[in-house]
Amino acid sequence: MNVQQSWQEPDPEHVSLALAGHDVPWVVDARQSAFERFKAHGFPSRREEEWKYTDVSVLSRRASLLPDNIPPDAPSEAALYAWMLSQQNVHLMVFINGHYSPELSCPGNLGPGVRLESFADMLDDAAELPQALFDQQHEHTVFDALNTAFSTDGAVLRLAPGARLEMPVYLLFIASGYGVSIYPRNIVVAGAGAQATVVEHYLGMVDAHNFTDSTTQLELGAGAMIEHCKLLQEGSAAYHLAGIHADLAADSRFISHSFALGSRLARNDITVRLSEPGGHCTLNGLYLLNGRQHADHHTRIDHLAPSCVSREYYRGVLDGESRGVFSGKVTVHPGAVKTDAHQSNHNLLLSREAEVDTKPQLEIFADDVRCTHGATVGQLDDDSLFYLRSRGLDAETARSMLIYGFANEIIERVPVPELRNRIADLVLDRLSQGDSIKELL
Amino acid sequence: MLTVKNLHVSRDGSEILRGIDFEVKAGEVHAIMGPNGSGKSTLAQVLAGREGYQVTQGSVQYEGQDLLALQPEERARAGIFLGFQYPVEIPGVSIALFLKTGLNATRKHRGLPELDAMEFLSLVRDKMKLMKMDEAFLTRAINEGFSGGEKKRNEILQMAVLEPRLAILDETDSGLDIDALQVVAGGVNGMRSPQRAIVLVTHYQRLLNYIKPDRVHVLSQGRIVKSGGPELALELEGRGYGWLESELQAV
Repeated sequence: MNVQQSWQEPDPEHVSLALAGHDVPWVVDARQSAFERFKAHGFPSRREEEWKYTDVSVLSRRASLLPDNIPPDAPSEAALYAWMLSQQNVHLMVFINGHYSPELSCPGNLGPGVRLESFADMLDDAAELPQALFDQQHEHTVFDALNTAFSTDGAVLRLAPGARLEMPVYLLFIASGYGVSIYPRNIVVAGAGAQATVVEHYLGMVDAHNFTDSTTQLELGAGAMIEHCKLLQEGSAAYHLAGIHADLAADSRFISHSFALGSRLARNDITVRLSEPGGHCTLNGLYLLNGRQHADHHTRIDHLAPSCVSREYYRGVLDGESRGVFSGKVTVHPGAVKTDAHQSNHNLLLSREAEVDTKPQLEIFADDVRCTHGATVGQLDDDSLFYLRSRGLDAETARSMLIYGFANEIIERVPVPELRNRIADLVLDRLSQGDSIKELL
Repeated sequence: MLTVKNLHVSRDGSEILRGIDFEVKAGEVHAIMGPNGSGKSTLAQVLAGREGYQVTQGSVQYEGQDLLALQPEERARAGIFLGFQYPVEIPGVSIALFLKTGLNATRKHRGLPELDAMEFLSLVRDKMKLMKMDEAFLTRAINEGFSGGEKKRNEILQMAVLEPRLAILDETDSGLDIDALQVVAGGVNGMRSPQRAIVLVTHYQRLLNYIKPDRVHVLSQGRIVKSGGPELALELEGRGYGWLESELQAV
């Protein structure tokens, strides 16, 4: 059965009827029209410029794209606790194959003006979710459309004007089972001056051919500040396609961190609209790949208003036969004077078979702007290696330390100490002498 | 401790060192002086094991071993330290991590127990005080954004922590103002001991006002053209390098 049939000819027990909001007419309409858009386009092909380097054709051959309708059993606690951040330091929501698990979650005390809820609950319970948060304007790729059609659950974080969360919201998405399709949908709405940090952690417990298609949309009111951290640690056969889309009002600040460390193929489409004056966004990213891994970051920043600042710092470390893709588009629209945009993408190639495609793009339609970009692809520096070895580090440790340092420049930007340390450990675990460095940190 | 015999070194086919002979004993301080391009830095780099140079003739013995057969890290662990003329910036790696890794590798090689975090901190704190360095230095990335003086002080700090048997300091005085020069010289003098040898590679005599050498060698066009006591440095200061070269040509 292909995806088309399953949607068009649902039998009564069929999963699509079990999706959240199935008895709310506008939700059903939104899902159906999103699916029509997906169907009209189909999965992207490599003939499309934006998908030139990333082949997702295997997805169209999957037996099914439908999400599970029943949440699977929770993984054993020991396995879970080995990876998750400490519960006492976060507002925790756990999702298993895209379904919220209240038993494993612990949102804790959020304080006044903050609501953190399950997306599915908000669609089901008298359609409490504002319709505007689930419509086409949040769709930037065909995978966002597919997500709208099939999204099972996710987190909705709403902050009243001035509300501030001290501890991060920690959303843990666990892929469990074999060959499942997972559709998380997360929504962050920050009122004027509100502040919060949101962590999305995607964890694959098994090396199965799972497929995750997630969409996260963020709306920042005037002067709001949202820091968004995404850690991708999926299983080695998993496909992960995601959209992260932020819209910034005046003087707001959005900081995104994207770490692509695990999965067979990862693609993140990150878009930022600087819609009003004084907005500031920083996009940080690190992809660390080996074997036949593939990671693709497509970022798009639209400067639509005057006096906005955008910064982009992306780095890649590629070993084995891995492939990294970075495409960063910055568009300065007419009238967006005093724009200050800077973008960089640096890559370390550790093997002859690894490959990276980097494509910074600047489109400027306004005067009086400052825009710079730079991209490099290189190997470890001989002078640096000699310097370290001349202090007694063997060649292999020196290499590991240089790679760690290169990655650490991105890692150290992460605002949550425990997450920062976790990511550093994950990076060190990949390096031949990472263990000895870990002992000394 | 160190015996260099008839050392010839080339790089990319051109000969830079053309027969160097000198000997350094434990407890001595030697200065190697010479004009730009005379081969001073090449000599320092070759002794520390920098790749990219070809030793075409000659030998270097260090404490009875064939130094040239050792990898850079083996030389470091055996007690050789090179203070870099241009210390390398390594963003993302803190000085603390770097020093701790180097120190423990060296201690392990010498059969000493590795230091834990607390022991390391107390050791390095003392050394930093001597170098008038703020403790916040430890968490900064190696040489990143350092001023010229900070980079050189950082080199001497590393030397003080690693406690080498033979320290080769390449243009450690360049780019220093007088205050920084005094601190750096104080650090070097503090390291003088009967068990340790120090080789200062320098263009100017200025550093030797603060660190008094036992022997001075003048390098020109890849050869040591004159050796003498500290008075030779003063003579060079007064007369420049020109007279030596013309004297050579006369011979």
